[in-house]
Amino acid sequence: MGNYAIETVGLNFNFGNQTIVKDLSLQVPNGSIYGFLGPNGAGKTTTIKILLNLLKSPSDQVFIFGKEINSNRIAILKRIGALVEQPAIYGHLTGKENLVNRCILLGIKKAKADEMLSLVGLAEAANKKANKYSLGMKQRLGIAQALISDPELLLLDEPTNGLDPNGIIEVRNLMIDLATKHQKTILVSSHLLAEIERTATHVGIINKGQLLFQGTINELHLLSKPMLEIEVDNIESASTLLIKQGYEVTTKTEKVISVLFVSSQKSGELNTLLIQNGFTVSSLYQQRKDLENLFLDITNTN
Amino acid sequence: MHALYISLVSEYYKSRKTLAFWAAILLPLIICGLISAGFYNNAEKIIANHYPPMLLWAQYSGAALGVMGFLIMPFYVIFMAFSVNNIEHKNDTWKMLFAQPLNKFSIYAAKYLYAILLIFICLFLFAALTYAFGNLLQVLVPTFNFNQYNPLDILINAYAKLFLASLGILSLQFILSLLWSDFLKPMGIGFVGTIMGIIAANVGWKYAYLIPYSLPTLASRISKVKKGMDPLAFSIFTQEIWTSLIYASVLFIIGYFIVTKKSIK
Repeated sequence: MGNYAIETVGLNFNFGNQTIVKDLSLQVPNGSIYGFLGPNGAGKTTTIKILLNLLKSPSDQVFIFGKEINSNRIAILKRIGALVEQPAIYGHLTGKENLVNRCILLGIKKAKADEMLSLVGLAEAANKKANKYSLGMKQRLGIAQALISDPELLLLDEPTNGLDPNGIIEVRNLMIDLATKHQKTILVSSHLLAEIERTATHVGIINKGQLLFQGTINELHLLSKPMLEIEVDNIESASTLLIKQGYEVTTKTEKVISVLFVSSQKSGELNTLLIQNGFTVSSLYQQRKDLENLFLDITNTN
Repeated sequence: MHALYISLVSEYYKSRKTLAFWAAILLPLIICGLISAGFYNNAEKIIANHYPPMLLWAQYSGAALGVMGFLIMPFYVIFMAFSVNNIEHKNDTWKMLFAQPLNKFSIYAAKYLYAILLIFICLFLFAALTYAFGNLLQVLVPTFNFNQYNPLDILINAYAKLFLASLGILSLQFILSLLWSDFLKPMGIGFVGTIMGIIAANVGWKYAYLIPYSLPTLASRISKVKKGMDPLAFSIFTQEIWTSLIYASVLFIIGYFIVTKKSIK
């Protein structure tokens, strides 16, 4: 248990009759960036709220830093920074005042507010009222609030929501920085696989409240086998030829044939084969499976 | 205690730029100012009545007390209970507040105490400004006889009663505003409650003292009646004050249990 910043053991959670989280056993190793992946409504936010004790979990199912959450609430919360759903910001206060208020609540120096504003690139908007902030600025302020106490564990619920491409890259780099240089553990939720792949060291995939996959990013890559998509004239005879030659055609549309990607060399050989047999190959590219297909894959293998 | 203190400081920091905070200061300033202006402009007429000094003070302070006790006070309390909770509902910040390493009791109690504090400041200013402006009138119009009687004890007693009598409403409205994030439900219930309370108190219903909303009216009426007779003899801790305090403490405890069970969705 000591190796995990977060560990849930068969966690169940219901709102009334509706089961939101079912038999969830998360294991988030210390120092990892744990990508918590799932479609909207999968139970990601609920799980994060349970980890913050905002929603009461049954006893002995949630352990943070090896301690049971219900009986160690304050001690645990001292070591966590969080951004849940939309950032919680007082619109009538300025960005800086929002952070100063947090400093008051946490009993830390108010100078930290300015430091955080520069970190998230809001120094110039420090004295602007937060309800005049754009969605991206609010998100940055939310991240600043999560970081202000210099917590060991960060829970970030879709932190790149509403950010422009630059902002997304900044947040991504910030997370990598925090984990590698400052040994923070980060649990970051997202519904975008591509987003998680770029930062996470570990991944958990949740759907309908159940954990479908959990492991390192490399283990996920093994599951998420890339495909080779081929655009070719005369699809029917081309696919017949490929099958004859021992290729496994996974899907075939009017324009595209997909086979499993093996290596660049194999792709070249396949191309040569088609051309030598008189086909015109207009395009040939590697395609990773999207999240939906990955879900199907994972549910099928389970 | 430290958690309670920092929560209280944070409540002040959050609200110091809102109407709720400034209302506590502006309300007494405006009402006392208007009444004093009225007395100043009608000085000749009032002096012509040849009120004895005590009655002059009663007329003058009763104007503010009457308006306050009967009408404004309940609504002001309802508004305070609403606004300390609404600041979190409106900004969706309950989840942030309860994710801080502070015990839930401190967060809850700080909000409640802050609402009480604002009401106290408001009523304290009413008493202080009534006294100060009365003396100012005396300076401006030397033919008044405000200086021949010291109303401080009565003022303090009357406003202390009003303050204590309003705590029952505060606790009740505090729970309603905690539970519901919208404006209409707590305000609507408060409005209907206040009207009913005033009617029940005024028709002299035997059990009016059991309705929290009747208590400020009951409390201020008794202090008014006795003012004409022996002003210093009325006691602060009358039946309606005890009722108010009991309501306040019971509902405060119930409110805390609601907070601890509250799931932040």
